Amino acid sequence: MMGNKLRHPLSKYLLEDRLPHSWCPGCGIGIALGSILRAIDKKVKEGAIDYNKLVLVTGIGCSARAAFYVRFDSAHTIHGRAIPFASGVKLANPSLTVLVFGGDGDIAGIGGNHLIHAARRNMDLLVFMITNFVYAMTGGQVAPTTPTGLYTTTTPKGNPERPLNAIKLVASQNPNYVARASATHPALIEQYTYKALNMEGFRFIEIISMCPEVFGRHIGFNDPVTLYKTLKSKSIVKDKPSLDESDYDWNHGWILGEYVLRRNPGYLTTLRRYEG
Amino acid sequence: MRTEFITTNIAIAEGAIMAGMKFYAGYPITPASDLFEYLAERLPQAGGLTVQFEDEIASINAVIGASWAGAKSMTATSGPGFSLMVEGLGFAIITETPLVVVDIMRAGPSTGVPTKATQSDVYQVRFAPHGIYSIPVLIPWSAQEGFDLAIRAFNIAEALRTPVIILSDAVLAHAWEKVRIKDLTEIKVIDREMPQLKNKNSWLNQKSDLVPPMKVFGRGYGAKVESLIHDERGWYIPNNETYRKLVWRLVRKIEDKARFLWDSVTYLTEDSDYLVYAYGSVARPAYAAVKELRKESIRIGLFRPRTLWPFDYFNLKKASMKVKKVFVVENNEGKIFREVQRHLRGKEVIPLPLIDLEVPPPEDIVDSIREWL
Repeated sequence: MMGNKLRHPLSKYLLEDRLPHSWCPGCGIGIALGSILRAIDKKVKEGAIDYNKLVLVTGIGCSARAAFYVRFDSAHTIHGRAIPFASGVKLANPSLTVLVFGGDGDIAGIGGNHLIHAARRNMDLLVFMITNFVYAMTGGQVAPTTPTGLYTTTTPKGNPERPLNAIKLVASQNPNYVARASATHPALIEQYTYKALNMEGFRFIEIISMCPEVFGRHIGFNDPVTLYKTLKSKSIVKDKPSLDESDYDWNHGWILGEYVLRRNPGYLTTLRRYEG
Repeated sequence: MRTEFITTNIAIAEGAIMAGMKFYAGYPITPASDLFEYLAERLPQAGGLTVQFEDEIASINAVIGASWAGAKSMTATSGPGFSLMVEGLGFAIITETPLVVVDIMRAGPSTGVPTKATQSDVYQVRFAPHGIYSIPVLIPWSAQEGFDLAIRAFNIAEALRTPVIILSDAVLAHAWEKVRIKDLTEIKVIDREMPQLKNKNSWLNQKSDLVPPMKVFGRGYGAKVESLIHDERGWYIPNNETYRKLVWRLVRKIEDKARFLWDSVTYLTEDSDYLVYAYGSVARPAYAAVKELRKESIRIGLFRPRTLWPFDYFNLKKASMKVKKVFVVENNEGKIFREVQRHLRGKEVIPLPLIDLEVPPPEDIVDSIREWL
């Protein structure tokens, strides 16, 4: 039996002893993490990234649990603070490849100020934000990204607020890379990650994701497949979309694509110039 | 060895550099800003880096991250900023991250009086984060002790894998004094232990089961830094066994080492009938008051802790064994008085809370004590 045990194709990167993971059936976070790890694996195999120099930093929330499951160095920090923790890691040891992975509430809600300033500094981090439109781990409360009008447990008559467009917010600080992918399009996640991994400066990839349990179910989708198909139909892939096209709402959906790509020096390179 | 005329803020910065600090993150706040400004010039010369973050929350989290990446790290702040750092401090405690926080007390609550000192935060530094833990707090009374205790703070942080607080105040911060800057050969510098790679799954320290070696990032350890309750691997296990094991260890690794952390000084206590308990900047006029009362043939001495937490009840009991009364002089409403009274049960302990935006003058202390003689 033991000899025939199936290994996960990404077993080099995943702590199999900790599987199965805690994510609900139909959740998109695993798809996102798998796509990212496949991109990392390509880079490691090419010799562009040292496996032992990888660090995954997360905050708190469903997405943040990713830190549990990776085999390489990781930190499951506190709510909203993954980006400053990761900044400290990178600044103290620039040879590390530092990734941040978190939910929309974690990264753009409670951690929003850190997101803005890390982007402004062009801090040498690759940040993944899983947008599932809801605070999922706590049971489905309204998130900064929840589209207007939708039911959540803290907006029982519908969300009266407008959603935060993180793409525009981050892009306003002129970082090196801003893209939007979706768990309904895993190949895009892998492709964008692969591109961003070896870049300098601040890189931000928003990943639209499905939460069938406390988002989909609450707005009337009775099974994960319907939510998945709905999100997929609302995701339009576009080559070099403009920033104005990044605004989204529930009726019109959202544009996936690479919104910003530039090769400015990252924070550490700039710092070295000043320190001489 | 060289002698310099510097402030306590600068002395702490120099002590930290001497101890091997390589990363400092901070946010401007009176009366801590000039410590940061000094380091911004000085730390790069010593091969380190300072960064100003968007707030104190980011600053302490960056310091924690930098420590996990292998750099001895520090931040400095004052009451309002410390309040924001409390969340991160709890995170540093549960992840057993070596770091130093300099808290330069100003008058509170809230914005209070930024430029003036009280001793109002002596409990905040010890008890502010939620949960079960212990945390060492060192308290200097001079620029020289700022330098010496900064080195000691880093050594404790590294040896016990814990955040350590240096509790200064607005008066000390900007008091210029002569400081003997020691050479590296004159001091002892302790560095954190890391696991041997061939033995990377074992966390048990050969020397002590209370302080696990630190799996610093980038060395192939597969470190799991975890803010949840965790076992020795860093895995979240929410049961009583794991919870008790972790929090008892967080407490015991500090409290069991208390006799090494205690560091108290006594003055004129050999024949004393009375004892004054004072700490930090207030211990200076308290000492002057003791000497003044001695001129009147009143047999009185001073007890001054340089480690405020863990509380040094052992040496205090020894020093107060034969005295009739103990006066606790402090620049607040009588906070540490409660701790002194708790440990000296049966002894007459008198609180002398002197709330004063300047350091209370010796005459005020003399007058207050005289009422009780």
